[in-house]
Amino acid sequence: MGGQWLQFVAGGLTAGAIYALVGLGFSIVFNASGAINFAQGEFVMIGGMSAVALLATGLPLSVAIALALAVAVIVGLLLDKLAIEPARNAGTVTLIIITIGASLFLRGLAQLVWDKRIHVLPAFSGEQPIALAGATLLPQSLWVLGVTALAVAVLSWFFGRTLFGKAMLASSYNALAARLVGIQTRTVLLVSFGLAALLGALAGVLTAPITFTSYDSGLMLGLKGFAAAMLGGLGSFAGAVVGGLVLGLLEALSAGFVSSAYKDAIAFLVLLALLFFMPGGLLGARRIERV
Amino acid sequence: MGPRSSIGAVGRGVAAALATLLIGGGAAAQEPIRIGTFLSVTGPASFLGDPELKTLELYVERLNAAGGVLGRKLQLIAYDDAGDAEKARTFAKRLLEQDKVDALVGGSTTGTTMAVVPLAEGASVPFVSLAGAVVIVEPVKKWVFKTPHTDRMACEKIFVDMKSRGFTKAALISGSGGFDKSMRAECLKVAGQRGVEIVADETYGASDTDMTPQLTKIRASGAQAVLNAGFGQGPAIVTRNHRQVGLTQPLYQSHGVASKEYIKLSGPAAEGVRLPAAAVLVGDLLPADDVQKAVVVGYRDSYEGKYKSEISTFGGHAYDGLMLVVGAMKSAGSTDKAKVRDALEATKGYVGTGGVVNMSATDHMGLDLSAFRMLEVKNGTWALVP
Repeated sequence: MGGQWLQFVAGGLTAGAIYALVGLGFSIVFNASGAINFAQGEFVMIGGMSAVALLATGLPLSVAIALALAVAVIVGLLLDKLAIEPARNAGTVTLIIITIGASLFLRGLAQLVWDKRIHVLPAFSGEQPIALAGATLLPQSLWVLGVTALAVAVLSWFFGRTLFGKAMLASSYNALAARLVGIQTRTVLLVSFGLAALLGALAGVLTAPITFTSYDSGLMLGLKGFAAAMLGGLGSFAGAVVGGLVLGLLEALSAGFVSSAYKDAIAFLVLLALLFFMPGGLLGARRIERV
Repeated sequence: MGPRSSIGAVGRGVAAALATLLIGGGAAAQEPIRIGTFLSVTGPASFLGDPELKTLELYVERLNAAGGVLGRKLQLIAYDDAGDAEKARTFAKRLLEQDKVDALVGGSTTGTTMAVVPLAEGASVPFVSLAGAVVIVEPVKKWVFKTPHTDRMACEKIFVDMKSRGFTKAALISGSGGFDKSMRAECLKVAGQRGVEIVADETYGASDTDMTPQLTKIRASGAQAVLNAGFGQGPAIVTRNHRQVGLTQPLYQSHGVASKEYIKLSGPAAEGVRLPAAAVLVGDLLPADDVQKAVVVGYRDSYEGKYKSEISTFGGHAYDGLMLVVGAMKSAGSTDKAKVRDALEATKGYVGTGGVVNMSATDHMGLDLSAFRMLEVKNGTWALVP
């Protein structure tokens, strides 16, 4: 039973780390624009599919991954420049609908640029499972957990210690005040999209060796990442991470101990119950409405 | 209207009528035989529909180049349902009502097929399905036939192989799709008859990406072999996870993943996996006196020659479907739907890519267990299990 429990936790944390990365992207863009970017899942897909396509041209894996991340960041920046920025004075609902349209567009483009088949990336450091206290872990899972931890650390350093990071946080607290002290909110929005795209693509590249990638793999992951961000408190970075890990664990543990058929239902039921009692998510509301 | 203009009017009317008769009569002799197909060319079942469409196009072209059927050309009218049963229904309706096809050869998946069965029955049009589940022909429906082996046959073939290796306890893991559910139900039904006890019964969702919890439970269940009933990307993930959680019990897959795509996605974890499949996959490994060798090698050479990509059993099923319909039309001597249906039901000894077909009023598939060969993945490719 002990080994089983550990196996479920290992799988749940791996999936949870991916949801955390995607959720972070949601939180960053939400902070900068007040809107939910439903194209976040497509960044994951673009990261994975670009890496597969670049690898197929003969480039070494590390180069293919680096270029794939760059491609996703460019797409994110273009998305902001061409679709979000011109509409920045529209309401948040309009922005959300624009992102939904963008996600459909990107998915359709992916079918044309690549194909509709399922693809796999080679594991970064081999496929030999590692035995650990009765459970087995894939080296790729360690990559996922390690890189996610590193990304979270770098992000906290960026937002907490660098001037531009603090400027981004400031404009999320109060956009008008930030502009008054000279912070370019348009640049903040641009960098937010780029950052969200980078995190999404990172998740895509990390998970492709385990969960495969295809033109529509962004849909499910985007939804779960959004659920993770909501669970942890939309807008909170620590919340996105915690939310992602909790969601991943919930899924794995309900599949393992209750029923694999109902695991999605159970995970989302818990999510709903939690939000019912704590509408601001696990780590609290970021914004307080003054009435 | 004066007498002159009314004569003119009558004259014009007669001329028009004569012209219509001539053109209409002439056209009837040239009218093509319309074969309608709805396939899952894109979407999660694209590895079924894509080779099926390519096969149908290739052979309709070849048949036409060789003079057509009954002196008429064949016309293929194809729609892509992307694996969606609702879309399949809509396209089938269009094929039956607007395009007025003479026969339907299609339905890549069980879900899309079952959505169309009532339409074909209602329109009294012969429908040869390319999908796997036994529910398509059991209970027998008057106008519905199928070419692929059933999931029940796959279960039986697998259980026979398990028994021959000394395994009596098996674990079942299946997905949530129509084919998966049907095969799981069939395996649960026939396991006892074949002397195998099912000690675990796990399921996963269609878009799930981590089956390690289910396989961990299977590891603790005392199973001696694992049977994965499913198709799509699920089985590839199950295969990888099976290796990952350290299961040494052999893994059996269904004929739903009998393609190189599955081996590629599963990577080295696919070594040693066994599955039942049609002889078409291992044409080169068949002995020279095998009854299917000529058909299978011929299909492979034509398909790979034109499309430069590997064949799969699914394209082979489309080949069999088309040839069965064409054969029925030839033996009925017409495209009259009722006569073609009767001829289809009377098919005996047709050697196809799937096996030797002997249909009857109670058997609208016509294959027996010998039509399945047991294959094993060795060195990244198929090997015949003797």
